[in-house]
Amino acid sequence: MKKEYILTVYSENHIGLLTRITNVFTRRKTNIDSLTVSESALHGIFKFTIVVHCTEAMAIKLVSQIEKQIDVLKAFYHTNDEMIFQEIALYKVPIEPIYESDTIEKIVRKAGARILEITKDYVVIEKTGHKEDTQALFEELNQFKVMQFIRSGRVAITRDPIERLSEFLKERDAFLTSLD
Amino acid sequence: MTAKKVTGSQALILSLMEEGVDTIFGYPGGAIMPVYDALYDFDKEVKHILTRHEQGAIHGAQGYARVTGKPGIVFATSGPGATNLMTGIADAMIDSTPLVCITGQVAAPLLGTDAFQESDIVGMSIPVTKWNYQITTPEEIPEVMAQAFYIATTGRPGPVLIDVTKDAQFGELEYKYEKCKKIRSYVPETNIDPHQIKAAAELINEAKKPMLLVGQGIILSNAEEEVKAFIEKTGIPAAWTLLGLSALPTDHRLNVGMLGMHGNYGPNKLTNEADLIIAVGMRFDDRVTGKVSEYAKKAKIIHIEIDPAEIDKIVKTDVAVLGDAKKALKMLIDNVNPNTHESWHNEFKKCDAIENEKVIQKDLYPTKQGLTMGEAIRIVSEKTNNEAILVTDVGQHQMIAQRYFGFKKSRSNVTSGGLGTMGFCLPAAMGAQLGAPERTVVGVVGDGGFQMTIQELGTIAQNKLPVKIMLLNNNFLGMVRQWQQLFFDKRYSFTELHNPDFITIGKGFGINGHTVDKREDLDASIQKMLDHDGPYLLEVKIEKEDNVFPMVPTGASVSDVILEP
Repeated sequence: MKKEYILTVYSENHIGLLTRITNVFTRRKTNIDSLTVSESALHGIFKFTIVVHCTEAMAIKLVSQIEKQIDVLKAFYHTNDEMIFQEIALYKVPIEPIYESDTIEKIVRKAGARILEITKDYVVIEKTGHKEDTQALFEELNQFKVMQFIRSGRVAITRDPIERLSEFLKERDAFLTSLD
Repeated sequence: MTAKKVTGSQALILSLMEEGVDTIFGYPGGAIMPVYDALYDFDKEVKHILTRHEQGAIHGAQGYARVTGKPGIVFATSGPGATNLMTGIADAMIDSTPLVCITGQVAAPLLGTDAFQESDIVGMSIPVTKWNYQITTPEEIPEVMAQAFYIATTGRPGPVLIDVTKDAQFGELEYKYEKCKKIRSYVPETNIDPHQIKAAAELINEAKKPMLLVGQGIILSNAEEEVKAFIEKTGIPAAWTLLGLSALPTDHRLNVGMLGMHGNYGPNKLTNEADLIIAVGMRFDDRVTGKVSEYAKKAKIIHIEIDPAEIDKIVKTDVAVLGDAKKALKMLIDNVNPNTHESWHNEFKKCDAIENEKVIQKDLYPTKQGLTMGEAIRIVSEKTNNEAILVTDVGQHQMIAQRYFGFKKSRSNVTSGGLGTMGFCLPAAMGAQLGAPERTVVGVVGDGGFQMTIQELGTIAQNKLPVKIMLLNNNFLGMVRQWQQLFFDKRYSFTELHNPDFITIGKGFGINGHTVDKREDLDASIQKMLDHDGPYLLEVKIEKEDNVFPMVPTGASVSDVILEP
């Protein structure tokens, strides 16, 4: 059964690695729904958060093919339940409707969104949440003709009390030391 | 070791010396000229083979790597030089052949500007390299070169490409070389889990109809003696994949033959009767499994494999033993019970008798008028006492050669398996001969593939390499024609070749040869080829519409292997 999985990939920061990783998805004809790359809590180790819609068997294969890349330290896959995750969305809405009624203000309050900037032409609204939430806000705001809308890739953190990456790095260090 | 000041190019050549390189296959050009200039001072230490095309260089390096176990080294210039390597790199990737390819690149300030002979070879080669890297400063060269050798040769071997900008070749550095022993993000092989060995041994000891599949992993991990000891103790019949061929001597009593589409009848048929499959260093290629959903349904699967990404990729395993095949087999031997599996062997013998009667006798000792590929292969194998290195191209002749050539020694079979690259044979045979100068190397090639890299006759002649080339000429792209006959209603769409006079072409390159088209002359012709001092081209005019059987049709189960059309 296909469902949404979050793949987290920890790697060295090498040029070309992003292509190597995305190639794995291309070869497996799996679309990347979202992708976020940033430095992790550990200096020099980069974290890719990749959202895909696929079967668990495919998620396992993707992870093992990604881990096979020389510069990748470790890859994991998780279901949405296993992670706390957020996406951030920005909406640029024309200013006139705000002058005319308090609908937008109510929508923003109800959604727990916030206003980042107001100019004489437009207002920029920010909302953090799951895709359904940011999408719902878009639908509501769009009655006023949203001028621009952007949603970020997902950022996610595991619920697991055990930090599997740290455990992994400890094992890896021991292994590398054993090679000396 | 104290550092000394050298240019990037010198550092590159010195790095190769540190890694024990004795042979380089290459083709110079603008962006790699500084490296070639540095190489000029090392003509005593290293042999450079100037091929006639970069594809010849890379297949040559593959042939060299496959017979020696050492990485093949390739030089090419930027742009077209680099892109001409791509087929060989892809071939080496899928067949796990260690290569270190060095390509020149335009100077760093010109990168990304569509400069003359610039191509994004790093970007292009990502999907077909185990690792690649672009060097833009001379200081990087020693460390990156050391990593390249480490990555190419350890774990599951594969091709590495290092792209070096011209300014990095010219620039100077303080040179100091240290071999790479580890990389944080790369573990070539995991330590074998004794629990997995125990679990595997239990399945093996319980099995009534076990079968062992010999993959190239046996050869890559030098586990030939271990696999022999393992099957001799357990009495388990062993079948081999295309690339596993020669790991086990042909006449070993437990060798039951070849798996796959044109493999032997018994191993295919009985895969679906087996209650245990022990796959060692192989990857369940579709040509081996046939229809996967009907593959070995009665069997539990043990997969001994160094590459974790291969586990459960195609066939779900019951016990996966991750790690080096040699170490795994050594551990397994101590945990398994002696057995003979006599009645199980009898089933193979029954299949062998059927195949022998319906296919093998007709192939090897034909009575029909035209010459068969099988009889030519048989005679070469007999006359070389099963001790030659066989290099083949891709197609009918390849399957026939793999089926009927005999082997005594490992690393004696060089063929393009996973990628199925036509044009592989001639340059690979040249590389194999350079890697094993003391051995007889026979290149068996079809008339289609021969013409794809025929220019390498020039390289063979220039280097006086005594390669014996047996061209099996049916004036057809035979394998495609066979499929057209069987599955496309004999609509021979663009498979017939109007061929040149190959012997005259050979002579033009300075290579002697002759043509044989009669059975009574075949034996003496092959003898003449083998006795000739130097390279020789023997053209065998074979029957135009000969077919390869047995055959597992595409999409059919292995047990539906057919013996005749």
